[in-house]
Amino acid sequence: MLFISPHTYIAAVLFLCLMGFIYWAILRGMVNTPSETLPTVQFFSVFWIPVFFVVPLLTMRSIAGERSIGTLDTLMTTPTSRVAVILSKFAGAYLFYMLLWVLTIGFPLVTEKLYPNAAESGALLEVEPLVGSFLFLATSGLLFISIGIFASSITRSQLVAGMLTFTTLFVVIIGGQQMGNLADAGGELSSWVVAAVNYLQIFEHLDDFSRGIIDTRPFFYYTSTTFLLLGLSTLVIEAKA
Amino acid sequence: METIPSIRVKDLTRQYGALTAIRKVNFTVNPGEVVGFLGPNGAGKSTTMRILSGIMSATSGSAWVGGICVAQNPHEVKRKIGYMPENNPLPDDMRVVEYLRFRSRLKEVPGHKLRAAVEEAMEICDLARTARRKIIGTLSKGFRQRVGIADALLGDPEIIIMDEPTIGLDPHQIQGIRKLIDNLRGKHTVIISSHILPEIERSCDRVIIINRGRIVAAGTSKELREEFLPSNRFSLIVEGNDSAVAACLAGRGIDAEILECTPIAENWSELNLRVENEGNLGPQLIQLLSNQREFILHSLAPREPNLEEIFLAATKRSWEETIETKPKISA
Repeated sequence: MLFISPHTYIAAVLFLCLMGFIYWAILRGMVNTPSETLPTVQFFSVFWIPVFFVVPLLTMRSIAGERSIGTLDTLMTTPTSRVAVILSKFAGAYLFYMLLWVLTIGFPLVTEKLYPNAAESGALLEVEPLVGSFLFLATSGLLFISIGIFASSITRSQLVAGMLTFTTLFVVIIGGQQMGNLADAGGELSSWVVAAVNYLQIFEHLDDFSRGIIDTRPFFYYTSTTFLLLGLSTLVIEAKA
Repeated sequence: METIPSIRVKDLTRQYGALTAIRKVNFTVNPGEVVGFLGPNGAGKSTTMRILSGIMSATSGSAWVGGICVAQNPHEVKRKIGYMPENNPLPDDMRVVEYLRFRSRLKEVPGHKLRAAVEEAMEICDLARTARRKIIGTLSKGFRQRVGIADALLGDPEIIIMDEPTIGLDPHQIQGIRKLIDNLRGKHTVIISSHILPEIERSCDRVIIINRGRIVAAGTSKELREEFLPSNRFSLIVEGNDSAVAACLAGRGIDAEILECTPIAENWSELNLRVENEGNLGPQLIQLLSNQREFILHSLAPREPNLEEIFLAATKRSWEETIETKPKISA
């Protein structure tokens, strides 16, 4: 349903327009005030802006929409398993989300093509931060999309699903950062609290990934919570069909 | 060798919190039968169908579809059932042929048979030439129903369950759906739920009437007539004093009651007569009512009680009775 619905393509166009504007703003900013960080790194550090609206838009219809029009019932009468239903909904949304991010490579490519002498050779398309950032987006995307799928599975209203996804993403992304700030300010917190809070620091993860530090802990964090949320979604549609 | 019934339901009960949607429902449907599932709104028709198709579990009791227990092996049961839910939900953004191909894949139709299966279902439902590439959201109600039925037919299931397939259709469309159901007779076991009684009467071999979660009657229309409305009924057109008709019959030892008297013209009325005596009374009545001074008999025709009357009689009786007192039902 995701790929035949006009909503999906509207979300995609909005995403690409917004990201194109952000990329242009970053390049413009660099012209005025030279910066040490690469434009690519700066560009991916604002990943949360599109996540807040694209993830709810891509996932809110997935199960809540089917439930409200009744097609979830017809789906359940086929020999398809509940797990397959959830995994395919997840896979569809996740692959589309990643496709959108992959399309953003077009921005540096276009810039380089149009202004070959404007930037230092290779600065726009440096491979290492690009690979690191994409690895981060791919792993964190698992969690973000699974939050959306879970929110969509527990309600029959798409609007409620969208709002729940947005709020949860906000808590996960910004809340983790705020907890990190609190932990830093506290000073006397025991080391395990600091370790636990650091574990949830999504911005720190991005920083590490884009510098080429591939730690297994974020992988574990994202994949385990993804499995948990998708498992819960399966149980919910099993019980609420 | 005893044939395995297509559907066997034993003591099926489903509760939603404090509300009991169905209570100890028992019935059997044999292969190739077209069975009508009849009941007022909220009687438990959809609940029973949802349990049979494996969407919902029962609180207690058992159901077997093609000899397989629904609770123990819902996955296998779903391969045997084509289900069209109430209100026939369809994705509005897809094209008819795309949707049916998608559904075939979900129903595990093998790749090399997929195209042929979709074509056959569209052909049966008369969609192939008219609506193949149309977007479902733009289709009329009648075509949407056809798409729903075509979907239920995909994968050649043994049993087809349709929840209110004719709701909201115009008479032409209803006739089309009826023909379609006739085509399925013998090849598939069909269960149709409806509260539109003439529909069920015309299409179904057997009727199961459910009221307030209980089965109150089951059998062919003829059996139900004999059980619930055993007396003879006649429709008469008389000119003159209509009240003299009952008096005239009573005088000749016939226990008759005028159920309804409708004036159709000046001094003319149509009478709906119930006669308690059994046997072929038509000729006797014509003889008795002819050559009367007070009225002239213009026509007399036997009147079969329709399913509506049976339904009203059965649901009225169900207030007092339960399934346990009616062993005929689980036959």
